[in-house]
Amino acid sequence: MQRAYIPAFIARQPWGVILPLCALVTFGGAVLYSAAGGHLMPWALLHVVRFVVFLGMAMVVSRIPSAWFKNAALPSYALLCVLLVLVELLGRVSGGSQRWLNLGFMQLQPSELMKPCIVLVLAWFYSVLPPSEIRTWRAIAPAVVLLGLPAGLVMLQPDLGTGLAISFGAVVIMFLAGLPLWLFISGGAAIAVAAPLAFFTVLHDYQRKRVLVFLDPESDPLGSGYHITQSKIAIGSGGLFGKGFGQGSQSHLDYLPEAHTDFVFATMAEEWGMIGGFFVLIVFALVLRWGLGVALRAPDRFSRLLAAGMVTTIFFYVCINLMMVMGLAPVVGIPLPFVSHGGSSMMTNMLCIGTLMAVDRWSRTPRGALR
Amino acid sequence: MRQTWTWPWSKQTKPLPVTGAQLTHSFERRTFVLGMAQASVGLLLAGRLTWLAVAENAKYRAASESNRVNLTLIPPRRGWVIDRTGAALAANRADFRVDLVPDRVVDADATMATLSKLLGLTADRVSDIKDKLKKARGFQPVEVASNLDWDKFAAVSVRLPELPGVIPQRGFSRYYPTGAAVGHLVGYVGPASAEDYEKERNPLLITPGFKIGKDGLEKHFEERLRGVPGARRVEATAGGRVVRDLGTREDVPGKPIQLTIDAGLQDYAARRIGLESGSVVVMDCASGDVLAMVSMPSFDPNSFADGIGRIEWKMLAEDDHVPLRNKVLRGLYPPGSTVKPMVALSFLEAGLDPEASVGCAGGLRVGNRVFHCWNHRGHGTTNMSKGIYQSCDVYFYHFAQQIGMDKIAAMARRLGLGQEFPMPYPGQSYGTVPDPAWKQRKYGKEWAIYDTVNATIGQGYMLVNPLQQAVMASRLASGLQLTPRLLMDHHAPQAPSLGIRQDHLDLIHAAMNEVVNGRGTAGKARLPVEGVQMAGKTGTAQVVGLNIGNGKGGLWKHRDHGHFICFAPFDKPRYACAVAIEHGGGSGAAYPIARDVMTFLFDRAKAMEVLEGYEKEWGGNVQQRMAAKYNAYAARFGASAPAAPDEAQAAEAVAADNTPIAEPTAAQTDAAPPAPEPETSPAPADLTAPAAAPTPAATAAPAAPAPGA
Repeated sequence: MQRAYIPAFIARQPWGVILPLCALVTFGGAVLYSAAGGHLMPWALLHVVRFVVFLGMAMVVSRIPSAWFKNAALPSYALLCVLLVLVELLGRVSGGSQRWLNLGFMQLQPSELMKPCIVLVLAWFYSVLPPSEIRTWRAIAPAVVLLGLPAGLVMLQPDLGTGLAISFGAVVIMFLAGLPLWLFISGGAAIAVAAPLAFFTVLHDYQRKRVLVFLDPESDPLGSGYHITQSKIAIGSGGLFGKGFGQGSQSHLDYLPEAHTDFVFATMAEEWGMIGGFFVLIVFALVLRWGLGVALRAPDRFSRLLAAGMVTTIFFYVCINLMMVMGLAPVVGIPLPFVSHGGSSMMTNMLCIGTLMAVDRWSRTPRGALR
Repeated sequence: MRQTWTWPWSKQTKPLPVTGAQLTHSFERRTFVLGMAQASVGLLLAGRLTWLAVAENAKYRAASESNRVNLTLIPPRRGWVIDRTGAALAANRADFRVDLVPDRVVDADATMATLSKLLGLTADRVSDIKDKLKKARGFQPVEVASNLDWDKFAAVSVRLPELPGVIPQRGFSRYYPTGAAVGHLVGYVGPASAEDYEKERNPLLITPGFKIGKDGLEKHFEERLRGVPGARRVEATAGGRVVRDLGTREDVPGKPIQLTIDAGLQDYAARRIGLESGSVVVMDCASGDVLAMVSMPSFDPNSFADGIGRIEWKMLAEDDHVPLRNKVLRGLYPPGSTVKPMVALSFLEAGLDPEASVGCAGGLRVGNRVFHCWNHRGHGTTNMSKGIYQSCDVYFYHFAQQIGMDKIAAMARRLGLGQEFPMPYPGQSYGTVPDPAWKQRKYGKEWAIYDTVNATIGQGYMLVNPLQQAVMASRLASGLQLTPRLLMDHHAPQAPSLGIRQDHLDLIHAAMNEVVNGRGTAGKARLPVEGVQMAGKTGTAQVVGLNIGNGKGGLWKHRDHGHFICFAPFDKPRYACAVAIEHGGGSGAAYPIARDVMTFLFDRAKAMEVLEGYEKEWGGNVQQRMAAKYNAYAARFGASAPAAPDEAQAAEAVAADNTPIAEPTAAQTDAAPPAPEPETSPAPADLTAPAAAPTPAATAAPAAPAPGA
């Protein structure tokens, strides 16, 4: 890049991730525009505006020094845990499950923020843990407590999807932190044994039904299986090049449920076909590759784990959402980052991006320095 | 892996302390593994996407099209049923209607509340619809209202967004211009039942507004009448909202059926039966065409088309005149004296001299028993002609014993009694013509003298339906082997002759003419038409023994059945007619109806004048009387009437109504006393002879001692 002709502030930005993201969000905006029947409102415009606002936020986050992150780790974790308890209590009072707190100007979903936060607090924990302790129970027990508390609270709500997302991020951090492999292997084995038991005891009826229907969507074509079936129809009928912009009958005639949120990929694939699908996959591949690169280049143990954890959080969103819309996973309410309409998920994902940009920055500048 | 590896259960062998550099190294390797895992998930997703979009594209494209394009069937217009002149017996009329599809209704109570307000439904109608909603399978449309005016239809149409599952439509509905008069003749239509759908698996059957033939000709000729549905292709949302029209294919109306019925005569006969429970059959003496086939009281097929309402059902179920029974084909009666011309014909065939006489003193002693004539004072010297026109029982007792039952039974069958005719109706009853072989087969008992005595006066084992009586009349009149024909066929071959000598027929005709126009039992049946003389024969059949009632008064259901068979003009027969009036108190209830129906064929104005006079006394015509009765029931029971039965139960109830009179399970052991004929003085009141009723419960009774014959 010819730095001489470009202002330093602009040249410093990680364009390798910002440009693909802008492309993806613009594309997402186009899909939402079509899903709204050719209108900017209520989704497309808000989607792009939110991205711009949260991109600004990410750039601000990227300037925060590493020490601040470390200092903020435990307090923010504690605060979110309190909020989760509060949500649970409010839900008990109002009857039924509640996942958000109404702050007046926005609806805050503490479980959503917990996804990056669990990564932050575990990265901090393993950075302060002496390397020699990594094979002992002192490396495991606190982490399990740190994970178990929020994950348990979220699953109580009950929100299986977010609970799994939090656990997945935490487990990957533990894995990367260097805990002995046998833990993960035997843990995997334990889950393989426990899953069927949990299926019949822990899961709620509607969750159990979703899993069953996932295994055989046609068994319930008008109930829960309807989502998966209609999503597959939308994607499959799009073919190579799609039905054309604004021509998706599945989304426009309301056959596809949640066409602008969880199933936005199906909406997109119907109109843009496999080519559009590949574009989305490639953008995510670029973003995730950049993120892992940031993690590998990161200057210290904390930033390495932090960056890798953030990549994992984004990856989990993308992976579960795409597997769900293509009929490879049961229906769980997880949106597709940067494409689905929705403020909470946009905020979480841009927080992850901002954190990655911050780590990227630390690796290029002297440690902890404020520029 | 170079990492120091220890099993958790193995004894710790002094592990080296892990350093930060080692952890960094481990992080890099594990991050690589993580990256590979992510990449492979990415490849998996790409592969899955390709599979869905390319390999399974055709399948999903078809599924998407079937989602997008909604094919709405347009019920075909049903073929008309027309009479011999082309007048409609069953037609279609354009109407606005509203249906409910239970599957799509979200809140049934709220929807019904809104609909009943918009459409002005009565409480009993609302209860009927709710019953049907409960019973219907989810996909079966339930009719809410039809024949709506435009305002009500529009009021429902604009509120559709808040009424999911409600389907307003314009279409065609079945219409029977003469209502109850053709109820049993044509049948009725109704929404297809779940069983119908199971049988046919045709989506047309669950299309709102489609009706299937449920009874009579509508059911028998369903295939021919149905037609081919049209279709409207629309693009519709998942919620059913139509986005745009993609094209319409017109329906092909069903083929019409032309009957031999004369619509005017059918309606006239139905109205003329009046308050009685009975049937009228009129046949053409040249072709066998059935000109009228009426069973009254009946139901109004127009109001059956939307299902049977609770009030209507209560009304029909409580009527002792069994309006749901087609009495022409399913009613079996002892024919009484109407068999006498037939019996006389068999005597002639057997060589009996028509002038051979018997002296009737009110009874006939056979061995140590006396068989009474209906006229206990006797008819004096009686030849064949007088035997017919005075309906003298003794004449027939006497000569029947000489000629024998076999000859009489053969003639009865030749003239149509006990015969099955191919009429397009299910569950007909064909009755019995008894003879010695039959009795031996049925009861394993010898034919006895009193069996002959009973049979010759049309009682005992002998049972016929009114159609057979009409056939007998037409065959007697024409000498042709006429078969009742209901479907118009201009190329039907001429019926063959029965092979009865014309002079025999002439003799019978003359005697039957005498019944009406001479010294006979039905003098008041004379036609008020210049130059047309009607010949006929009265018949009275006892229902209960004289020990229970005299047959003329008392309980309605204890009164005698009245019969009359006739044809006109007597010298050149064109029309034959049979009238059967249940519990009419004797043939006096039957022949005035036959007279007026016959008059209608020759002079419509005169017949109508007479009818209108009667209808003033009866409280209006059939429609008006049924409406008044309905209103009385509605006012009295309203929505509290028990729910109408569903299709299956209704069918069962109708079948029960249609069960023919069972043949006596035990052999009869005595003569049935003849029922009195109306035109002469009534039977003596001091009649004390114990009598066995010719009912299934016939019991043995000792023969009365002869009062001196």
